[in-house]
Formats: sequence, structure tokens, C-alpha cells
Amino acid sequence: MRSIIDILDLSVSEIDELIATAQDIIASPERYAHICEGKKLATLFFEPSTRTRLSFEAAMYELGGHVISMSDAGSSSATKGESVADTIKVVSCYADIIAMRHPKEGAALVASNNTGVPIINAGDGGHCHPTQTTADLLTIYREKGGFDGLTIGLCGDLKFGRTVHSLINAMSRYDDIRFVLISPNELKLPSYVKNDVLKKNNIPYKQTNDLEEAIPELDVLYMTRVQRERFFNEEDYLRLKDSYILTPAKLKDAKRDMIIMHPLPRVNEISVAVDDDPRACYFKQVLNGKYMRMALILMLLKEAGTL
Amino acid sequence: MNVDSIQNGIVIDHISAGNGMTLYDLLGLDQLDASIAIIKNVNSKKMGKKDIIKIDADIPVDLDLIGYVDPDATVNVIKNGTLVEKRKPELPEVLTDVIKCKNPRCITSVEQELKHVFRLTDKEKRIYRCIYCETKAN
Repeated sequence: MRSIIDILDLSVSEIDELIATAQDIIASPERYAHICEGKKLATLFFEPSTRTRLSFEAAMYELGGHVISMSDAGSSSATKGESVADTIKVVSCYADIIAMRHPKEGAALVASNNTGVPIINAGDGGHCHPTQTTADLLTIYREKGGFDGLTIGLCGDLKFGRTVHSLINAMSRYDDIRFVLISPNELKLPSYVKNDVLKKNNIPYKQTNDLEEAIPELDVLYMTRVQRERFFNEEDYLRLKDSYILTPAKLKDAKRDMIIMHPLPRVNEISVAVDDDPRACYFKQVLNGKYMRMALILMLLKEAGTL
Repeated sequence: MNVDSIQNGIVIDHISAGNGMTLYDLLGLDQLDASIAIIKNVNSKKMGKKDIIKIDADIPVDLDLIGYVDPDATVNVIKNGTLVEKRKPELPEVLTDVIKCKNPRCITSVEQELKHVFRLTDKEKRIYRCIYCETKAN
């Protein structure tokens, strides 16, 4: 049974296929409005997440399907000590496809080893969040016209930011890509990502802690939030949370066609005043996320022979 | 020093000096009701110093585990006082329940029934990563 745990579970040609389907859905939503009639998506969220869950649920409804869900993580059988494997074996008796978020890293892999239906990882702790990356890719594709030749600035929490690691993995498969890694010293990109992805694929990158100095050369600026839940130590979180705040003044030397992205939710790392800038794309990312989740649900249900 | 030859059993030879006790512990040899000799810092032409473990019992040994701890070691099977087989462990692709993932955020930290599985991700540098959370084994 095919499941999507990591963005690299999707080949470049499958990403192309998902983008093509998403573009088609955007152009002709009515053609997809009943395609999943009678099919059920189970959303299993073992930790709170409003937007990802709503996005999956909206995606399934717009395909004409149904959604079954648990009301919140506190009411689930996990609090009674049931294993992920058992929960998945039970839920896969009810649903045609499962979107799962879990606070522990690797929970999605455990689920995929015990399922009778496709699993989509909707986030497993700080590890992977592939559908956020598909949203990012569709946004870059629609705004920049493709992926090759881009200089991508990643700013903020590059240590714990799973969206950053996934995006680096995904973008590293395209030609002539360059990364600028902007972070405080404590939140630098882990060396294993640098060694296993960037150096291994001879992808040029530079590290800096100066956002304003880096901005002029960027085609994409990907901002991230310093996430409280990834820290064991509250003091470290408070010290680092305001490291980078993007304001209109900091954008004065940016390219006119640079795009500003953010996986959301933001706290204060992008000033609200930036929202009116035509380069701000973070709310488009949200919408694109729903379309890519629709495309992914379709692809997996077809592969499973359910559609 | 004199250590008697064994009649039926296993000799793990060419262990890098210092790894003998690690192998003894990981192979669970302390649980074995048999004569076992750990010989440390033996002079060796090839290695300078080496450790040797002699087990006076015909038991199955986990070649993957030996390969993980010391891929240069050799395993000699002795029957009726004669060497009948020489096995060369290799760096295993997958290690199951040999080492534990120490990442407190990993699913294996809360689900006790899960096997701890590590995959070889860099043969040259001998790097193993947990298949669940990708944390490097120490």
C-alpha cells in the first residue's frame, strides 16, 4: 500500500503530475466536485493543528467525498495507551485514506507499516510534513513559472524547521538551484542536511545571520517561525523567538519579482504591513496547499484501486 | 599467557583492541552458561594490538552485530578442535534491536513494542540512522 511519509516518496515526475492535476482543479473545479463521492478520508490528528486539518477536510469535501475524524487528540484512544499500529489497523477498516498528524517523529512510518489504506503524513513531530512542501512547490511553480535557476533564501529556525528541510530536499532535485541560509547561530541548518543533501548534490549555499544583506539576491524568501513546541527549554525559545522580523523597510532592496513565503501560522516574524505587498504569497500558499492535497488524495486513491 | 584451545565453539578474532568487552556485552555473552575467554591487547602483526573472544559452546552468533561493532573481526567456527569455517562479518545494511534510538522525540521512545531499526546511510563514514526519526546512532 503506497503511503506518503516524506516529500522524497514522490519522484520529480510525480510532483509534476500533482502540479498538473492541481492546475487543472484550479481551472475547472466542477470537473472534480463529485470524483470522490462515497469515499471517506479519516483525519487523525494526535496533536492540535487547525490549518492542516481544515485543509485536508476542505480538500476531500471539494472532491465530493466525506470526512471522518476524532474530535480532538485528548479524546482519542492514544490517551488510553493504544499504539499507533492498533489505531491505524482499526481506522483503516472505516476509511479509504488517512491523513495523520502525530507529535512523535516516525509515527507516520509506523502507521504506513500497519495500514490497509494509503496514509498521508500530515506532520510527525519535527520530522516531515510533505504536504506543506507540495503547497510550497505549487506556489513557487505558479509564481515563478518553474523551479530551475532560483536562489532561495530560508530565514529563521533552520534547525527545527521541518518545512525547511523538506523544501531543501525537494528543491535540490532541480537544476541550478542556490540556497541562502539566514539564521541565528543557535538555529543553523543541521550539518546532516548540509552534508547529505547540499554537499552531496554539489548545491551552492551560503550561511549568514544578516537578512537585509541577503535579500537583494533572492528569488524566493521563505520565512519561518521559531516554534515554542520544538524547544525543551523555555529560556532558549524566548531568547530566539524575535530573531528575524520582516518589515516593508527590509524589503526595499529586494527584487521586484521576489516572492515571500511562510508556512504559517506566523507570530510576528512577518509584519502585517507586508501583507499588502504584491510579493507576499503566504496566503496563496494556503490555497495551493488545499489543491495539492486534493491532487494527492486523487493520486493515492487511484493507485490503491479505490477510484 | 595460556588459554586452552576450545573443542567445539566460536573464536572471534581480529577484534580491534578495546572492542572486546563491547562485543561481549552486546552479544549477551554474560548470560551464557559456558566457558568464555576474553583476551585483551594481544600482540598482532597486522593490527599491533587486538582482542580475542573464545566461546566454548557451539552457539549462533549475530554476524550483523559483530559487523556493526567491528567489521574487521573474523569469526572462526571450531568443531572437534579443528577450524571448520571462517566467517567475515560485513557492515550490515540494517540493524534491528541492536542499538536503541536515543531521540526523546522518536516514536520508539513511547511505544515499547516497536523494534529499534537503524539503516546504514553512509558506508564510508559508517553512519546509521533510525528509520523512524533519522537520528544518527552514536
